[in-house]
Amino acid sequence: MSTQAQANPSGADLAISDEVMIGLTGVNKWYGQFHVLKDIDLTVLKGERIVICGPSGSGKSTLIRCINRLEEHQRGRIVVDGIELTHDLKNIEKVRREVGMVFQHFNLFPHLTVLDNLTLAPIWVKKVPKKEAEEVAMHYLKRVKIPEQAGKFPGQLSGGQQQRVAIARSLCMSPKVMLFDEPTSALDPEMIKEVLDVMIELARSGMTMICVTHEMGFARTVANRVIFMDKGEIIEQNEPEEFFNNPKSDRTKLFLSQILHH
Amino acid sequence: MALAKGAPESGAVANPATPQVIAFWRDERKRGMIAQVVVVAALLGFIWFLLRNFLIKQEMSGAPPLSLYFLQDVAGFQLSFSLIPLTLDSPIGRVIFAGALNTLIAAFFAGIIATFLGLLVGIARLSKNWLISHIAATYIEIIRNIPLLLQLVFWYGGVLTALPKPKDSISLLDVVFLNIKGLFLPKPILQEGVGLFFIAIAVAIGLAIFIARWARKRQMATGQQFPTIIVNTALIILLPAFVFVLLHDPIGWEFPEKGAFNFKGGLTVQPEMTALIVGIGISTAAYVAEIVRAGIISVSHGQSEASHALGLKSSWTLRLVVLPQALRVIIPPMISQYLNVVKNSTLAGFIGYADLFAVIGTSQNQTGRAVECVVILMVFYLTISLIISTIMNVYNKRAALIER
Ligand SMILES: Nc1ncnc2c1ncn2[C@@H]1O[C@H](COP(=O)(O)OP(=O)(O)O)[C@@H](O)[C@H]1O
Ligand SMILES: [Mg+2]
Repeated sequence: MSTQAQANPSGADLAISDEVMIGLTGVNKWYGQFHVLKDIDLTVLKGERIVICGPSGSGKSTLIRCINRLEEHQRGRIVVDGIELTHDLKNIEKVRREVGMVFQHFNLFPHLTVLDNLTLAPIWVKKVPKKEAEEVAMHYLKRVKIPEQAGKFPGQLSGGQQQRVAIARSLCMSPKVMLFDEPTSALDPEMIKEVLDVMIELARSGMTMICVTHEMGFARTVANRVIFMDKGEIIEQNEPEEFFNNPKSDRTKLFLSQILHH
Repeated sequence: MALAKGAPESGAVANPATPQVIAFWRDERKRGMIAQVVVVAALLGFIWFLLRNFLIKQEMSGAPPLSLYFLQDVAGFQLSFSLIPLTLDSPIGRVIFAGALNTLIAAFFAGIIATFLGLLVGIARLSKNWLISHIAATYIEIIRNIPLLLQLVFWYGGVLTALPKPKDSISLLDVVFLNIKGLFLPKPILQEGVGLFFIAIAVAIGLAIFIARWARKRQMATGQQFPTIIVNTALIILLPAFVFVLLHDPIGWEFPEKGAFNFKGGLTVQPEMTALIVGIGISTAAYVAEIVRAGIISVSHGQSEASHALGLKSSWTLRLVVLPQALRVIIPPMISQYLNVVKNSTLAGFIGYADLFAVIGTSQNQTGRAVECVVILMVFYLTISLIISTIMNVYNKRAALIER
């Protein structure tokens, strides 16, 4: 665990409104014959910070990728900030503008400088003047503590720096929700903390977040809810303390014993 | 290397066997220098050997000294196809020039076919549609496994000689005709005032470039977008069309007419030329398709996903994220494909098309000026190759510059 347990606010102390941000009802998805998501019901309130964990292949990535329509669900409803995801491209575009995503392998654009990575979407999607977009970009680069790398290309940065640029790139679109898909899994141990610190700071600022991660220290620090998935189902969800100290299902116990004893 | 110059041997047990002076055959710098000297010496030696051989043979055979004056002599032979007027009295230089033009025009059109067909097949090869991708794959495999010469003979001897006789020509709207003697097209005849029409085209293109720059600048300054592609397409089509109508048909057409044995008038494309262009174009397209495919799959799926996740729509994702990265992989091997088109056109002689290589062959037979003829050939192909490489390299630099 790379995050030190923080004495001050644990996840539970941060404000959560009662406004619904994301609603999934009866969501099902198949890859051919393979049933990846089975009757997923999930409501995420504004300001919630949710950690999803579970064994590899349990459908965690698929679930959060359905929320910004990188994957299409076949049954059920997904509503993000009041917009339902259907085949309507207009809705898909609207949802994607409100939902930021950070990937395991960063996926920065290697042909653009860090600054251009950050300004691309604001200029084209939000139609912001370049100068303004650059000012916003520099603001977020400072927030992730690498303003001095603005002119470099992604290939010249370390993994931790690249992931922080990726987070800043999403933030430049002022999203209402941030999705993280194992953001620290591809990083060397000494870089995990710098990325988690940025994520913790983001959580404190009130961002609605859904993180797929096995960083249990992070979950304890910022999450207000931890969800355990297995074989395409949500098996159990609870507040972090309860979840880690008193897991109810056997599958959760087994999973926790496996990741905590490594 | 292991030996750091002047590194203090602090602490470590000094090894008395460590050589202080590196034997020259183990010193990487000296080895590099020796290799260079050897290569240059070998090259000079080889050139000297060739030159000496040539001079001795030249003296023995009593051939006249090297000179290009023979180019002014009457050729005494003609070409089956030429872009410039030739008679039996034309000087050899002019005939050779006509041959060079024949090479260039065939290579130009073959290159265009190769580019567009290759692009299409390369994208089709990546299609999710099973039938489309397998047709593309089959095409690529078949073409790449048959020698080009065989393909040319197939097009010329197999396909084009199977075309009907002139009296049964295949016709398209009674304007374009195709038969065993060739392809007959209407020939544009420029009328008075056509200059204005061309000026209109130039103005439209210039204006389009200006609009594109202005739109880009305005977007960067204010964020407002402008439908550049639609406006410019309309401009480039409508402005010249408008001028065309105002000028009352500034271009007349001479249509091919049925004569006693064949068509008269209009523009005739010889079957030899058609076979060469089609053969080389279709063959090179298979290689281009593979290059395009490799370029597109070299851009990882994560790139377009990240772009979509940021809210960029598909057309922008392709234009701003995928293509700039794919082009970097596509351009360098495309250079060698264009060079191949030019070099492969030397197979023209086998199907009776008078390209430079064939013309030079005949000239050499007629005049005995072997060395001069070979030098002309070499200078021509070298120049064309260098021009193509330079153009493509400049383009490549621009594509690469945007990236790094
Ligand atoms: N594009 C796909 N086609 C077919 N199967 C897939 C595809 N993507 C994921 N899967 C399968 O779906 C299951 C869930 O995948 P994923 O959501 O990536 O799991 P996780 O992120 O929890 O490790 C896995 O068994 C995986 O093999
Ligand atoms: Mg995953």
